[in-house]
Amino acid sequence: MTDMLREQTEVEDTETKAHHEHHQSGLKRWLFTTNHKDIGSLYLMFSFAMFLVGGAMAMVIRAELFQPGLQLVEPNFFNQMTTVHGLIMVFGAVMPAFTGLANWMVPMMIGAPDMALPRMNNWSFWILPFAFSLLLASLFMEGGGPNFGWTFYAPLSTTFSPQSTGLFVFAIHIMGISSIMGAINVIVTIINLRAPGMTYMKMPLFVWTWLITAFLLIAVMPVLAGAVTMVLTDKYFGTSFFDAAGGGDPVMFQHIFWFFGHPEVYIMILPSFGIISAIIPAFSRKKLFGYSSMVYATASIAGLSFLVWAHHMFTTGMPVAAELFFMYCTMLISVPTGVKVFNWVATMWRGSLTFEVPMLFAIAFIVLFTIGGFSGLMLAITPADFQYHDTYFVVAHFHYVLVSGAIFSIMAAAYYWLPKWTGYMFDERLAKWHFWCSIVSVNILFFPMHFLGLAGMPRRIPDYALQFADINAVVSVGGFLFGLSQLIFLAVVIKCVRGGEKASAKPWDGAEGLEWTVASPAPHHTFSTPPKID
Amino acid sequence: MSKPSAPGQEKRNNQRSVWSLVGLAIAMFGFAFALVPLYDVFCDITGINGKTADAPAASSMTIDTQRQVTVEFVAYINPGMEWTFEPEVRRIVVNPGQTQTINYAARNLTRHASIGQAVPSVTPGLGAQYFNKIECFCFNRQPLEAGESAQLPLVFYVDPELPEDIHTLTLAYTLYNAQPTATAQTQ
Amino acid sequence: MKNRQLIWGSLVAAMTLPVTAETETMRLNMTEGVTEVSQRVFDLHMTILYICVVIGIVVFGVMFWSIIHHRKSKGSVAASFHESTKVEILWTIIPFVILIVMAVPATNTLLAMEDTSESDITIQVTGSQWKWHYSYFDEDVEFYSLLATTSAQIANERDKRENYLLEVDRPLVLPVGQKVRFLITSQDVIHSWWVPDFAVKKDANPGFINEAWTRIDKPGIYRGQCAELCGKDHGFMPIVVIAKPQAEYDQWLQTTKVAQQQAYEEEQRLLAMEMSLDELMELGEQVYNTRCAMCHQVNGKGLPGAFPALAGQGLSIDSAKKLEHISIVVHGRSGTAMQAFGPQLSLKQLAAVITYERNAWGNSTGETVQAAEVQAVLNGEEL
Repeated sequence: MTDMLREQTEVEDTETKAHHEHHQSGLKRWLFTTNHKDIGSLYLMFSFAMFLVGGAMAMVIRAELFQPGLQLVEPNFFNQMTTVHGLIMVFGAVMPAFTGLANWMVPMMIGAPDMALPRMNNWSFWILPFAFSLLLASLFMEGGGPNFGWTFYAPLSTTFSPQSTGLFVFAIHIMGISSIMGAINVIVTIINLRAPGMTYMKMPLFVWTWLITAFLLIAVMPVLAGAVTMVLTDKYFGTSFFDAAGGGDPVMFQHIFWFFGHPEVYIMILPSFGIISAIIPAFSRKKLFGYSSMVYATASIAGLSFLVWAHHMFTTGMPVAAELFFMYCTMLISVPTGVKVFNWVATMWRGSLTFEVPMLFAIAFIVLFTIGGFSGLMLAITPADFQYHDTYFVVAHFHYVLVSGAIFSIMAAAYYWLPKWTGYMFDERLAKWHFWCSIVSVNILFFPMHFLGLAGMPRRIPDYALQFADINAVVSVGGFLFGLSQLIFLAVVIKCVRGGEKASAKPWDGAEGLEWTVASPAPHHTFSTPPKID
Repeated sequence: MSKPSAPGQEKRNNQRSVWSLVGLAIAMFGFAFALVPLYDVFCDITGINGKTADAPAASSMTIDTQRQVTVEFVAYINPGMEWTFEPEVRRIVVNPGQTQTINYAARNLTRHASIGQAVPSVTPGLGAQYFNKIECFCFNRQPLEAGESAQLPLVFYVDPELPEDIHTLTLAYTLYNAQPTATAQTQ
Repeated sequence: MKNRQLIWGSLVAAMTLPVTAETETMRLNMTEGVTEVSQRVFDLHMTILYICVVIGIVVFGVMFWSIIHHRKSKGSVAASFHESTKVEILWTIIPFVILIVMAVPATNTLLAMEDTSESDITIQVTGSQWKWHYSYFDEDVEFYSLLATTSAQIANERDKRENYLLEVDRPLVLPVGQKVRFLITSQDVIHSWWVPDFAVKKDANPGFINEAWTRIDKPGIYRGQCAELCGKDHGFMPIVVIAKPQAEYDQWLQTTKVAQQQAYEEEQRLLAMEMSLDELMELGEQVYNTRCAMCHQVNGKGLPGAFPALAGQGLSIDSAKKLEHISIVVHGRSGTAMQAFGPQLSLKQLAAVITYERNAWGNSTGETVQAAEVQAVLNGEEL
C-alpha cells in the first residue's frame, strides 16, 4: 500500500515538475489554465465586472424613475434595461460568482488537488464572456435588445419581440451549457475526489450546499434550454407551443419557465447558506449548531423547490385546488429555511463573537435575507398575492433575498477568503466603509419598495402616478448610493491584490477547514498528496 | 471515494459519474419537451386551462331534468382576420345531458377566399371537460369564399357529471386566420 | 471643487423640474378596498404581517442580545454545545403550527374569491396593446378605454395634473351592490386587469378566457393598472371604474345606449358627405399622432426590425394598393402587432388617418379616403 502511495507521489512530483517547466504567464496563462484557483479567479473577476454592468443598467432604471414623466429614455429602451439588468445579474453576476467560489474553495475544502475535469472547467468559464458579449451586442441591433423581462413570457417574446431574440436565445443556451458543465464538474469532484477520511457528513456545509445546488442545476438548466428553444421555434420556425391559433397555450410557457425558474432562485441562495454556515462559526468561535439538520434542511429546500413553481402564476386563472396546493407547498419551504436561521443564531448564542468585516456581512445577511423571507411568506398567501403580484412588493422581496442575501454573502465570502487568495489582509477600515455604506444604502433602496407595491405601483413601468413620486425619489437616491458604495469594494480588492499586511495560513482564529491548513496565498497546487482527515 | 485509488481507477470513476450526469442533463432537456404533451394530457383530464376536446363526443345517455345550467357564448376576432363572427344567441339555459344546437354567423368581408380556425376556451376551466361537443365548427378549418356568409353549427350537451357548484359555463371562440398570406409576416 | 458644485447644482435643479401640480401623499399600506373580498384580503395581509413582525422581533432580538452579550471583547468564552435534537424538533414544529394557523383563513378567503356563480351582470374585458375594451354582455354597450393623460405631460412639457397616468377617456361604469362578473381575455400579448380597491387581478391571456368577480359596496371612482408586462406602453394602460348606485347606473346605461345609437346614425348620415384633403389631413394627423405614432413614429419611419415604416415606402405610396391599405388598418394583420382599428375608431377618423398616411412625410399620393370607402371595406362590400 505504501509502495503504491510512494509511487503515486513520485509520479505526481515528476508531473508537477514537468508542469512547472511549462508554466505559462500573461494572457496565455489565463486563456489556457486548467487550475481551479485561476479559473475561480477568472469567474470572480468576470462576475464583478458583470455586476458593475448590470448595476449600471439599474442606475439607468433608477435615473428614469427618479421623477414622474419620461426624462431620459424611451419606454422600449427602459424595458431593455430592466430585461438585460435581470439577465446579467442572474446569469452573469450571481451564478458565476458562486461558481468562482466553488472552483476556488471546494477542492481545498475536501483535500483534492483540483476539480475532477480541469479542461472542461476552462471551457465552462471561457464561453461566458462570449455569451455575454452576444447579449450586450444585441442591445445595438435594429429593433433593440430583449425587452420582454428576464422571464420572457410568450407571446411577448415570440410574435411581438424584436429580431434580436435569436441572439438572446443563443446567449442563454451558452450560459446554460456553462452552468451544466460547471455543475457536473462540482458533483464529480465532490463524489470522487474527497480525501480519505472525508466522509459526506464531515464535509463543510459550503461543499454540501454546492453539491445540492449542482444537482438542481443539472435538473433545471436543461428545462430552461427547452423553454428558450420553444420560444425560438415559435418565433422563427412556425411552431405554436405558446400560440392559441395553432393549438398552443401561452400559460404553458409560464409552467415550463417557472419549473426552471423556481429551483433557479434556490440555486442562487443555497451556496449563500453554505458561506454563512462557514463564517458564523468562525467568528463565534463555536461549531455550527445542528450540522446534520442543516444538511437535511438544505436538501428539503431543494426538493420542495420543485413543487412550488406556480406560485409565480396565481393570477393566470388556475383552478382553486392547484392554487391551494402551491400555496401550501410554498408556505412549507419556510420551515427548513427557518431551521437554518435558528441554527445560525444558535451558533452565535453563547459564542465568543468578534465583528470583522466577513462577520458584519454575514450578520447583515441573516437579518436582511430573513426580511426577504418574510415578504416571500406573505407572497405565498394566494389571496393576498393577488394584490402583491407584479407590483413593487415582489421587486422588494426578490431584491432583499438576492442583493442583501446572495450578493452580501458573496461579499462576505470574498472578505473571508481574500487573505487565502492573495496572501494579504485587506484594508479593514476601507472594508468597513464598504459595509456600512452598503447596508444603509441597500435598505434605502429596497425597503420603501414594499410600500410602493402595497400602494399599488406595478412593476416594469418607466413612469408612474404622482403619489409614487416621493418614495421613488428616495429609492433612486438609495440606488445611486448603493452603486457608488460598490466602488469602495473594487478599491479594497485591487488594493489587497497589490499588497498589504501579510496574511498567515489562518488569519481568522476561529476558522475551521482544510483551506486554512495551507499557506496564504494558497500555493498554485495544493493537496497534490491527500491530507490526513481525522 | 473514501480510500485512495489508483489514477486509472479514479479516471474511470470520473468518467462514469460524468456520463451519468450528462445523461441526466439530456433527460431533463427531453423532459422540458415532454412537458408539452404532459401539459395537454393534464389539461385534458382536468380541463384546468379551459380547453375542450378536439374530437366529437358521443351523445349523452341521460338527461338531468332536475338541474339547469346557463351556457353563454362569446366571439373574438383576432386582428388580421377579416371576417365578421358572432354567436346567434348570447345565452341559453339547458338541462345537463340535453343536446343543443346553436350557430355562429360568419362572413368573409374581403375580395378573396380565406380560411378561418376557431379556437375554443371555456370558463370556469374545470367546467371545460364537461362541455361535450358532438359537432363543432372548431374541429375543422372553415373556408369561405370572398363575401360568403355561413352559419357555423355547434351541437353540444353539458355532461350531467358537471360539478354541483358550477351553474354557468361560458364558451368563447377566438377566430384566427388559418391561411396566413406571404405578406402576413413583419416586413 | 467645480465638479462638486456641478453635481450638487444638477441634483437641486433636477428636484425642481416642472413635475407635479401637487404631490399626493402615498398610502403606505395595502388598501382595504370597497368590497367584502378586499377587506378580507387586507385583514389576511395584516395578520400575516403581524405574525412575521413578531417572529422577526423574537429572532433578531435573540441575535442582537447575543451580539451585545456574547462578544469576545466583553470576555465571553465560547460554549461547546453544537446540537440538540429536542430544540430542533421544537423549532420545526412551532413554525409548522404557525403556518397552519395562517393557512386556514387564507384557504377560506381564496375559496370565497374564486366563486363566480350567481352573478348579476357580466362584463367582457379585453386587453390589447395598450388599452382596454369593455362590453356589457347583455346590453349593446361597448367601448375602448384609453389613457387620457396627454403626451405633453408625460414628456414634461406641461405640468402633470391630478390622476396623472391613472385617467382614461371612457371609464368602466358599474352598479354598486351587484355581483359583477368579468370575462377577461387579450387580443395580442398577456395583459392583466387589476383594480386594487376590488382586490381583483386576473391575467388576460390571448386565445383563452378567464373570469373574475366583484361586488362593490361603495359608490366612487376606482383606479387600477395593467399588471403584466405587455410591451412598451405597459405603464400607460390604466383602468378606471366608476361605481354608481343602481338607479344612476341604470340611467347611465340607458343614456349611453342611446348616445351610441345616435353616434352610429349620425355617422351613417354623414357617409354621403365628402371631406376635403385639408380636413382629412388635419384630423388624420391628430389621430395618427395619438393612435399610430407609438409604433410607426411621428415621422412615419417606424422602428426597423419591429414596426414597418410608412413614410416613403410600401402600401402608403402605392396607388394600386389603396384598398389593401384600408383593409390592413381596419382589420389588422395576423401574426404581427398591427391591430384592427375598425372597431376602435369612427369611419371619419379611419378615413382621415389613412388619407394622412398616404400624403404625409412626402408620400403625396394626392389621394383621399372617404368614410364611405372605409365602411365598404368594413362591411365587405364591393366598392
